[in-house]
Formats: sequence, C-alpha cells, structure tokens
Amino acid sequence: MASQQLPGGDGERLIARGDWRNHSVGKVLPTLVELEGAAGKGRVEIDVSAVQAIDTAGGWLIRKLITAKQAQGREVALVGAAANIDELIAVLPEKAPAPPASSGPGASLFERAFAPLGRMVSETAGDMVAAMHILGSAVRGAQMKLGRGGGVSPASVVNQIDHMGVRAVPIVALMSFLIGAIIAQQGAFQLRYFGAEIFVVDLVGILQLREVGVLLTAIMIAGRSGSAITAEIGSMKMREEIDALTVIGLNPVGVLIFPRLVALTIILPLLTIISNFAALYGAAVVTLTYSGITFDTFLSRLHEAIDHTSVASGMIKAPFMALAIGIVAAVEGMKVGGSAESLGQHVTASVVKSIFAVIVMDAFFAIFYSAIDF
Amino acid sequence: MQESANKTPQREKRQVVLSVRDVTVGFGSNIVLDNLNLDIYRGEILGFVGASGTGKSVLMRTVLRLLPRRSGKIEILGTDYDSADDAQRMELDTRLGVLFQHGALFSSLTVKENIQLPMREYLDLPQSLMDELAYLKIEMVGLAPDAADKYPSELSGGMIKRAALARALALDPDLVFLDEPTSGLDPIGAAEFDMLIARLRDTLGLTVYMVTHDLDSLFSVCDRIAVLGQKRVLVEGTLDDMFAFDDPWVQAYFRGKRARSVVTTEEDAAQLQKSD
Repeated sequence: MASQQLPGGDGERLIARGDWRNHSVGKVLPTLVELEGAAGKGRVEIDVSAVQAIDTAGGWLIRKLITAKQAQGREVALVGAAANIDELIAVLPEKAPAPPASSGPGASLFERAFAPLGRMVSETAGDMVAAMHILGSAVRGAQMKLGRGGGVSPASVVNQIDHMGVRAVPIVALMSFLIGAIIAQQGAFQLRYFGAEIFVVDLVGILQLREVGVLLTAIMIAGRSGSAITAEIGSMKMREEIDALTVIGLNPVGVLIFPRLVALTIILPLLTIISNFAALYGAAVVTLTYSGITFDTFLSRLHEAIDHTSVASGMIKAPFMALAIGIVAAVEGMKVGGSAESLGQHVTASVVKSIFAVIVMDAFFAIFYSAIDF
Repeated sequence: MQESANKTPQREKRQVVLSVRDVTVGFGSNIVLDNLNLDIYRGEILGFVGASGTGKSVLMRTVLRLLPRRSGKIEILGTDYDSADDAQRMELDTRLGVLFQHGALFSSLTVKENIQLPMREYLDLPQSLMDELAYLKIEMVGLAPDAADKYPSELSGGMIKRAALARALALDPDLVFLDEPTSGLDPIGAAEFDMLIARLRDTLGLTVYMVTHDLDSLFSVCDRIAVLGQKRVLVEGTLDDMFAFDDPWVQAYFRGKRARSVVTTEEDAAQLQKSD
C-alpha cells in the first residue's frame, strides 16, 4: 500500500499491490490504520490494478478504507479494478454488521455475589424434585396409559444386570481382595505391639462387613455404571430419542431408567457379597504370610468376632446406595443439553454426586445403627 | 447454462482443480467405487447426483482423505496429498472448505467461535479484524448478527446449514465441498442458498463440488452435473447431456414428474424443448 499525490494537487492516490488474501493482509494492517486516520483534502483514488489476488478479508479492508475516507467527506473512486474485485467490494456492506448490543447494565456486586448461591440452591431443589419424579415414574412403569400394565421387559433388566453386574465381578473381586489384604497387613503390624495380633481378624471382619465392603463396591459401581447411565441417557436426549419415546406414548423414565434401577438394586448387594468374600480371603492370605495365622484359626476367630448383624448391617445399605446411584445418574442424564461439552459436564457431575451421596448415606446409616445398637 | 452448448470445447483448456484417477474404494469384499475418474475445473459448480447408497458420500469422504482408498490417485489444486510435504499439506488444508450434511458445527463453541476456529489456526490477524470478518461471513450466508453468539443447539436446521457454510468459507477456500447444502431448507431459503453459492463463485472464484438431490439447484446453478452409478461416474456434462444420456435411472431422474415441474416453471423450459 502506497500513497502519492494526484497530479494537479486536488487529492491523493492510494495504490494497493500484491497479495490481498487473508494469510497475508495482516502485514498491511498498520499502514491501513494510518491511512484511514490520515486527514487530507480532495478526491481519493484507490488503485487496485496491481492486486494479484484478493479474497473477502482483503476486499473488506479496502471497503473499510473507502468508508473511512467517505466519512471524511471526500470523494472516493476505485480505479483499475478487475470485474471480480469490483463485484466483491460492491457486495460487501459499508460497515461490519453490528454485533448485538449486550443486554442491560452489568450486574451489581450484590447480585454477582449471591446469584450463584441462589442458583445453586434452586438447582438443588430442582434436582430433588427431578429425583422424586424419576423414582415415581419408575414405579409407575413403562406405559403411560391406564390398563396396559407395567410394561417392564425382563429382558432389558437381565441385560442391564449382565452389563453392570456380571462384567463388574472381576474388578470388584480384585479390588476387594487387595483392600482386605491391606487392612489386614496394617492392622497386624499395629496390633503386634500389643501382642494382640489375632484380633486383626476381628478388625478386618467387622470393618469389611459393616462398612468398607459395601462402600467401596458402591463407589466402584457409581464410577463404572453411574457414568454409563448418564452418558447413555444424555446422548439419547441429545439426539431426541427421549422425545421420540414420549411421542410414541412410552414413558422414557419407565422404559430406560426403571430397568437400570432394578438391575442396580439387584447387583449391588450381590457384588457386595462377592466383595466381602474376596476381602476376607485377601486378609486370610496376608495374616497367614505375615503373622502365621492359619486358615483354620482365622475362620474360628472370625466366627466368634462377627454374627449375622455384622453381615446384615452392611447388606441393608446396598439397595439404598444402588437407588441413590441410579437416580443421581438418571437426573444428570436428563439434564444434558445440546452440546458435547454439556454431556461431559453431566457425566462428571453424576459420578461426583453419586459418590458423595453414597458416602453421606453411609454416615447416616452409621449414626442410625449406633442409635439403635444394631 | 445459457452458453452450455459452447462450453464443452473450452473445457479442455480450463484448469483442473480436482482430479480423481482410477480410484477404487471398498469395505471388506464390497467394492463401492471401482476405478472412478472425475475432473473438476476452476470456477465451476459441479452438481453430483446418484441414487441413495451409490457412494456419493464415500467419494467425497475419500477425496477429503477421511476414508482410505485401495488404489488410484487424487490431486487437489495440482497437489497430490500423499506425496506432498508438510508445508504443501498445510497450504492445501487452508484451501479446502467443507459443508457437512448435518453441519458438524462444534457444539461447545458459538457460531462466531466456530467460524473463527480455522482463522485462529491458520491466520495471523488481530481479534478485532477476525470479529469483523466473522460477522461479515455471518451476514454473507444470510444469518442475523445475533446468531453469532448462539450455540449450535439453539439454531434451527436451516440456520445450522448457513452457519456451517460460513465456517466452510472462513478461510476463503478455492474449492468447497457441499454435502446436500439445501436439504432441509424451505424452497425460498434453498433458492437464496443457491444464489449465494453462485455469487460467491463469481466474486471469489470459488470452485464448488456439490452433492445434491435438489433439482432446483441442479437446474439453476450447476454448470455441470455428474451422475454416480454402477461404481463409477456414469455420465458427466451439462443438462443437455443428461437428457440425452440413455440410462433408465438418469432418464427417470431428469425427466421425472418432479424434474419436469421444475423445468417448466423456469426459463430452462426452453432448454428442455431444445433437447427434445
């Protein structure tokens, strides 16, 4: 871009040359800003005959230059333009289409401080209502019309049990074996100082059966199956499959969520049993290795240490935790919006919230059991 | 269209923008395209038609290197991607624009951010100019400026098409691939879309490869039409060539009831009579 006086002194000629395409126009930007701001008198001729190539970016810059010069009240002419440049500049608007004005004045400090809190509270309330809705519709069944029965297909429940339960057995068993072994090892080393090494069996037995077994299994299932439920339902929501079910006359909660809830409440207690056996086996192996307690001694000590209440107090928690995981996952799945990002956010939220719910529930059960001396 | 009769001899002299030579594509034992040849010349709008399932999308995806091919050679803008070095490949990437059938807008970015994504990646421009260019593209494709800050999930089907076209045009490419650009648009919107593409071709020197089933588009803006069938390009040429070509599918397509109603309502009626 160069500027020269017009012969006769009644104006100036701006000459553009070279490649005016988007990857190279960045170079002339400073010059252009200078030229747009420069004051002058008389007519302005913009000579584009030496422009080799041009696209919208280049055309737009020339268009802006013309507008700027016209705004100074000067006559502007485009000279030497090939037909395509002429046409390109003619179709471009005089000024950039205005971005929509931001709506209203900015929020006050008070609003900015408390709006997120209020939003959180109302969202939590909404979540509770949604959870109740899901629980209610799940009980109501797949059909929304009267007289058509519950309509829950056993095949789908069995399929979910296979996905969420049977395929989780190896990982739950392995995890519990290791946890049992670790608790036993740490317990044995500490109790050795008091000469009470044999009581490690009581420690592992009670801790695993009452608390750790069901808690860790539930956390594992929340991470493994809760996320899967949210992702499945969320992506179905994104592709309007949920809407399609509603239009066909089926209750999406009954069709999609109820079988998953049923499957979860069946598999979590069963997986807890597997977990307990695996953990006790891990503890037995470790106590044999480190403390020389034989399997026979381990079992007879275990028999004295625990009774059916230890087993029952752990197992009672499992179905409640399963329901919590399923409902949280379903609520989050139903909240997924249109974007892939929102799917990711809700899957994350589903796992975090269901693990949190499981731990809170466990705490309340502990308080409850101690209050009733169970 | 009007000078289509005398266009044919000139064609040989024009620059080939996309050349597909003996390309074979298959999945397992199923051969979809068999030794297919196709040329697209600079500045033309090529309409690509074919029955469903004949491999129109497969061909487009193969040309865009989204699908592997068994054999053959594809040259885009004179460059063979397979033998090109990194600099040539980058250059080539900036000179292609693609409008996918369902838009393929990034769902977590606004329309403006979608358009600016290729700009940010390849251009060294200040944010203010990129904003202006994004708004310019948004206006060019016929969207209101307030669509710029919306997310794709908040747009209607037609608006998604337009926003996706704006993103395809973000870098002012030389060659644009449009996969069914007017499907899902109302007839007026579709006609505007066609005019928009023709105008962009005239002003920016765009070359357009358009997969379409919209007979209006084929009759009004396409310079040349190619028909895919029997695993190869059955026939390519002007509308006259289509009318003259002796194949049951091509005849049914271009002489069917729907085609006839389009032809007779437009100035192309004269053309139909000429070919009859």
